[in-house]
Amino acid sequence: MRRLILILVPYLWLLALFLVPFLIVVKISLSDVALARPPYFPQLDLSGGWAAIRDFVAELDFENFAFLASDDLYWKAYLSSLRIALISTLLTLLIGFPVAYGMASARPEWRPTLMMLVILPFWTSFLIRVYSWMGILSQNGLLNTFLLWTGVISEPLTIMNTEIAVYIGIVYTYLPFMILPIYATLEKLDGSLLEAAEDLGCSRTSAFWLVTVPLSKPGIIAGCFLVFIPAIGEFVIPSLLGGSDTLMIGKVLWEEFFNNRDWPVASAVAVVLLAILIIPIVLFQRNEQKNREAGQ
Amino acid sequence: MPQTVFAPWEDPDEKPLIRFQNVTKKFGDFTAIQSIDLDIYTREFFALLGPSGCGKTTLMRMLAGFETPTTGKILLGGEDIAATPPNKRPVNMMFQSYALFPHLSVWENVAFGLKREGREKDEIATRVADMMRLTRLDKFARRKPHQLSGGQRQRVALARSLAKAPKLLLLDEPLGALDKKLREETQFELMDIQEKTGTTFVIVTHDQEEAMTVASRVAVMDEGQLVQVATPDRIYEYPNSVYVADFIGDVNIIEGAASQSGDKVLVTWAEGASPLVATSTAMLTKDQHCYLAIRPEKITITAEEPETTNKVHGEIIDIGYLGNISTYHVKLPTGHMVKAQSTNTRRLSRRNFTWEDKVWLSWSDTAAVLLER
Ligand SMILES: Nc1ncnc2c1ncn2[C@@H]1O[C@H](COP(=O)(O)OP(=O)(O)OP(=O)(O)O)[C@@H](O)[C@H]1O
Ligand SMILES: [Mg+2]
Repeated sequence: MRRLILILVPYLWLLALFLVPFLIVVKISLSDVALARPPYFPQLDLSGGWAAIRDFVAELDFENFAFLASDDLYWKAYLSSLRIALISTLLTLLIGFPVAYGMASARPEWRPTLMMLVILPFWTSFLIRVYSWMGILSQNGLLNTFLLWTGVISEPLTIMNTEIAVYIGIVYTYLPFMILPIYATLEKLDGSLLEAAEDLGCSRTSAFWLVTVPLSKPGIIAGCFLVFIPAIGEFVIPSLLGGSDTLMIGKVLWEEFFNNRDWPVASAVAVVLLAILIIPIVLFQRNEQKNREAGQ
Repeated sequence: MPQTVFAPWEDPDEKPLIRFQNVTKKFGDFTAIQSIDLDIYTREFFALLGPSGCGKTTLMRMLAGFETPTTGKILLGGEDIAATPPNKRPVNMMFQSYALFPHLSVWENVAFGLKREGREKDEIATRVADMMRLTRLDKFARRKPHQLSGGQRQRVALARSLAKAPKLLLLDEPLGALDKKLREETQFELMDIQEKTGTTFVIVTHDQEEAMTVASRVAVMDEGQLVQVATPDRIYEYPNSVYVADFIGDVNIIEGAASQSGDKVLVTWAEGASPLVATSTAMLTKDQHCYLAIRPEKITITAEEPETTNKVHGEIIDIGYLGNISTYHVKLPTGHMVKAQSTNTRRLSRRNFTWEDKVWLSWSDTAAVLLER
């Protein structure tokens, strides 16, 4: 009985917070757009009994998905999101790994402080932080002013409203999600393994590639997923920093919902996005599972 | 033809492979190694013995290159190795914690060092196979370290350090987790490897029997210092201090005051008891405080009063039965407890002495070792 409750709790949680909302979104994605409130048709009226439900189901169709496939805007947006998410994950890894490595090799008494510094940005609103990047990156923003002043450049750089600004925004926002899992694996790394590698003829560098990197792989994988999965659906950063040229599916979704008030198409976009994300999410779960087993 | 004894440390012309010159190692203000001078010769099987925390691992880590002496020098083949990084030293170490690579299989762990040397594939495969056979790991080649038992892991660590056949091999408690039989077999394998390859071994062990079996010389350490360095038999028969005598094997220590004439020393040890006799070449002053160390197996236990000068009378308080031998704990009227051992040539039920028997203990003039500290 106790066991049953223990198992039931997470499933109920999942049901209430994920499955039910998702099914509602699926339902909307199969409806048609309508000038009404809520702006789609058909509406499910349970008081009508079985007949009403049958009528309701008969009205549902896959029109919206067919529309997504026919209009290349959506495919381009999905592909461009994938590309931006992949590149920013890679950039985050390139910056995050050295930071995590530095933290793990710092003196133990310093580590909690460094950890604090990594988490510190979360204490202010995400939106404010992205806005302040606008101030830094814009034509006469801090960065350009500084570079012009030092004489490195003679013309201000155009960073705002380009993909570069989106990369900067994503890397900045998600860096802690990369650093923390990598740091966790590096900190656990037994120093005598590196000594053993050196004893057996490795230089410091080859010991790093042959021992440190493979042993921090679980952290690297976890970090990559934690950045990649939210980055692909990211909406605030591309719309604030990326301007109109940056195509990302999160932005398209937002525009469908709020500018076009086309909830059914927007829901279809969301359902497809989830279908795409399910693959990395399952892979991520596998990785976690494997680590837990290896850890035992 | 007399066989030449292996004793390079007695030959003043012999160059040592390793020389510690007044080496001190400090961690902060804690001194782990205190001004050690030590020579270890090629082909030696050198055993480090000492209580936990006395600095054995630290000594080895300095040889392997993971710690640098705070002061003093370490010479390998006559050259100072302070500047040589671990991967450039002809030294391999088996770690006390094993330090097996968890992401690599047993086979890959053993092959790790060979691959770094860039040897041929076939050569690596043969060498690894040899090492696996030696340590009986053939069946586990594909397993990861976390799928092995403690003793199996220890054998992987041993195989990995042996694989490169280095000039100097440092083994930090290599056989502690093995069962007695496997341990003895591995000891002989190690001695065999050493015969064949001429590798010099430095080995840490907590098992004095092991040190006695395999070592050419034994160093007994205490709190970062070398107390005595000598062959196993000399360490056992002629310890230079109570500490060594007590650390190696079982011993009875009797405190007393000395009076010496020639090499005979009379030790007054208790009021009303006749003095005990020992031989010593050391010159003791009159009434100097000293200790007599007598090994239990050198004490004869009899019911009748024996004809020797060294004899005491007492009552059996306890008997420790060890199978082949028994240890009798005898309480003297002076309050001293003396242990005596005798071989169990008869079956237990027909034993000569039992609890509360009054017995005589005796030993020859040369049996006891006279120690000044
Ligand atoms: N990195 C270090 N920092 C501070 N103290 C250390 C360090 N390494 C060793 N010590 C100390 O030096 C002393 C000797 O340690 P060492 O590891 O050489 O002991 P050991 O003789 O190998 O003991 P054991 O038989 O338990 O393995 C110990 O008191 C230990 O606490
Ligand atoms: Mg040790």
